[in-house]
Amino acid sequence: MTDNINDQPEGRVPARVIGTPPSNGPILGDEIVHEAKGVPGVIPADPAVAKRAERIVALLFTITFLAGAAFIASYVIFQVGTIDRTAASNYALGSSLSIALLSLAAGIVVWVRQIMPKYNLVQERHPMASEADTKEYVEETFLQGANESGFVKHKMLRRTLLLAAAPLGLAPLVLLKDMGPLPGTALRHTVWGTPTKDGKPRRLVVEGTGQPIRAADFNSPGGILSVIPEGYEEDLNALAKATLILLKFRPDEIKSGTNLNWTHDGIVAYSKICTHVGCPAALYEQTTHHILCPCHQSTFDAADGAKVIFGPAARPLPQLPIAIDSEGYLVAKSDFNVPVGPSFWERGDAEAEAREQKA
Amino acid sequence: MDTTPKAISGVSTFLDDRIGAGSFLKRNMRKIFPDHWSFLLGEIALYSFIILLLTGTFLTFWFKPSMGEVVYSGSYQPLVGVKMSEAYASALNISFDVRGGLLIRQIHHWAALLFIAGMMVHMLRVFFTGAYRKPRELNWLIGVGLLSLALLEGLTGYSLPDDLLSGAGLRITEGVMLGIPVVGTYLTFLLFGGEYPGHDVISRFFTIHILLIPGILLALISAHMVLMWVQKHTQMPGTGRTEKNVVGAPFYPTFMAKAGAFTLFTFGVIALLGTFAQINPIWLFGPYTPADISAGSQPDFYMGFLEGSLRLMPSWEINFLDHTVSLSVLIPALVPLGIVMTGLALYPFIEQWVTGDRREHHTADRPRNNPHRTAIGFTGIAFYGVLWLLGANDEISANFHISLYETTIFGRFAIFLVPALAYFVAYRICIGLQRKDAEVLSHGVESGVIKRLPNGEYIEVHTPAAQDIADHIRGKKEIPIIESGVDGDGIPPKGARTAIGRLRAKASEAYGTDHVPLDEGHGHDEHAAIGAGDHSDGHRDGH
Repeated sequence: MTDNINDQPEGRVPARVIGTPPSNGPILGDEIVHEAKGVPGVIPADPAVAKRAERIVALLFTITFLAGAAFIASYVIFQVGTIDRTAASNYALGSSLSIALLSLAAGIVVWVRQIMPKYNLVQERHPMASEADTKEYVEETFLQGANESGFVKHKMLRRTLLLAAAPLGLAPLVLLKDMGPLPGTALRHTVWGTPTKDGKPRRLVVEGTGQPIRAADFNSPGGILSVIPEGYEEDLNALAKATLILLKFRPDEIKSGTNLNWTHDGIVAYSKICTHVGCPAALYEQTTHHILCPCHQSTFDAADGAKVIFGPAARPLPQLPIAIDSEGYLVAKSDFNVPVGPSFWERGDAEAEAREQKA
Repeated sequence: MDTTPKAISGVSTFLDDRIGAGSFLKRNMRKIFPDHWSFLLGEIALYSFIILLLTGTFLTFWFKPSMGEVVYSGSYQPLVGVKMSEAYASALNISFDVRGGLLIRQIHHWAALLFIAGMMVHMLRVFFTGAYRKPRELNWLIGVGLLSLALLEGLTGYSLPDDLLSGAGLRITEGVMLGIPVVGTYLTFLLFGGEYPGHDVISRFFTIHILLIPGILLALISAHMVLMWVQKHTQMPGTGRTEKNVVGAPFYPTFMAKAGAFTLFTFGVIALLGTFAQINPIWLFGPYTPADISAGSQPDFYMGFLEGSLRLMPSWEINFLDHTVSLSVLIPALVPLGIVMTGLALYPFIEQWVTGDRREHHTADRPRNNPHRTAIGFTGIAFYGVLWLLGANDEISANFHISLYETTIFGRFAIFLVPALAYFVAYRICIGLQRKDAEVLSHGVESGVIKRLPNGEYIEVHTPAAQDIADHIRGKKEIPIIESGVDGDGIPPKGARTAIGRLRAKASEAYGTDHVPLDEGHGHDEHAAIGAGDHSDGHRDGH
């Protein structure tokens, strides 16, 4: 039936279906016609095509040479040191390198496709499994060796060897112990509970400037500050637990979840460390009093004890008891009464314990 | 050229006299590699890895993995005078004070993304074509290990520059580790040398990132290559290709040259990206402090699905006997990753158990020809995809003006519904494509030629499919089904008597049943109108 196609005009018969492999690949029946001329399965390239391809390849290789030279020249010519000069150097080096690589790659591809022959070579596969007699030989040898070694017969030898291996196997793990101290109760405290050198309560200072905060100056409702403990401005370990957000409310805005004894004149301090996995809950929406953690979008109601209103965090942001000192600056009355930050195995329901203690 | 040049023959004789290289080369120089575009996907990952080793070595010449505090005094004016870790300062120096440093840094980062992306698409190719089947299960497991390690490698590398963004990733890692029951706090204190962030984690991650994991990766990649070489590559079905042969081009010279070209091509494209597509501009983020974060913090793409699952999770937490299990951290951090990785690792063995197929397979399946496998694969892609998409829900919310919480709530449902839908859709598409194949074989393809019959009827002439296409389609293999029917005495076979046995039998039947067997019936079919000239008997109504 195929010969009937011949009476169709060339190109009118789509012998292909979209999505099927191209018919000009090396595996095709049609091409095998050339096979007889040389080595079977090796279809030499058309000499005319190869000749033209050679010129193209040579051109591409020359471009690589020039681009490679340009790369080296760019290294010498373009110095870094300012943002603009770095950018210029980056573009010069990068584009010359890209051109060199891509041009070389293109050259080799043309070489392979148009100068090298097409192949339709066949190689036999063999089952991966060994021959039966090989297996048998290996098994016999294994048994023979095992018996010769005496490992099977001498029970004491076998058991003491295992015994000997056990502590040596553990040794590397034991050695890792000094990578860090034991947690102890470190996660339960922050530096807010540590009094200053002269025994006074610790002041709240603005993150970045280090300025202490006079309660009377932080007086516009809706205001928010990122606050850190005085004396620990550069101690990242301390900041990772002790950073606060300080908010100013009108008295009527504060709801029952917030502990009023721990506020001062509508100023409330919450831990900034999200109770989900510890990102700083840094976004605040004034109109709704929502604190949002940008990492996983846990949302807390700042007016209502920072209770969770959306997202994966399971607990409110702990509130820090604050007051003012004799000079009118905000200070911490004590440490948080619950551990701040993400949950951990030993934490337990610290909030419930705190409530019990109060009652 | 009729004789080998002296330079080559001298060296090769020297080597052969000492290590007998000749017999190895005799067997392997003309090793046949089959050709298909999808076989190049894994090579992208391989060549990206080589680029990572080269550029990474360059970066270590200047990078200082120290959390010691310095005052920045380099060329980037906006940060001059700012206190920062030595790691961040040296990363800035690489970017602004070392010629080509920025380029190599960006190439390193892009190559890392392409490395993992390459592994992922390669793995999908292997999965969908069933190339993981016996005897290649070991190589598949090595591949799963490689992907897991690569994720860890990416995570440790991402944390090294110690900028504000990388610190956010590190903080999340710490928060998740803390949540691990029983040992979480201990592990965290060991890793960070005490409380977060401490002064040790960068130098420890550095050792892990440049020595430990690359070393293991290198060993596993070598094993991956050796196994591929020994077992010979799978091939797509086609003319002259059987389970017992490999048809294609020889290693020397063609495949060698092509591989070299593809290495250069991969490198070239990554270099283009590194030049023109800015990535991880650490100088904009500033030094890390646990007190700050920038909105819209996004991890590299391969961590996005974990980010998404953390975002989707409702706030579940269990407190009992003074201990806490934070499900809202543990479930999203461990379960999706666990499902995907364990599922991938076990799939070859589960499939073998279901089909009872213990044969060696060397021709790849076309994805449509194993519709359940393909549908399961798409379920996985959909599961991963929903999580990945929701990892950027803040960006989606901001750019498309959708409420943030609505995206999350949508995701909480979508994570169950979309994969189920994907299964159904992928399955139906497979069956549809199989029908198309069957039609091509039995009816031929449309020729575009309309004929008028003597009775006035117009028909389109069909013509048999080209030989290569027909052979490609005929490569469809039957999927074995385990014996489950009762024998003459009404007793089911031994394996099918237990509940698990019955489940297995059922699964096997569902998995293996061919709903669209290929029909090679020429001519005698009512719908067929093959051949242009033979309108004397064949072409009746029926179109």
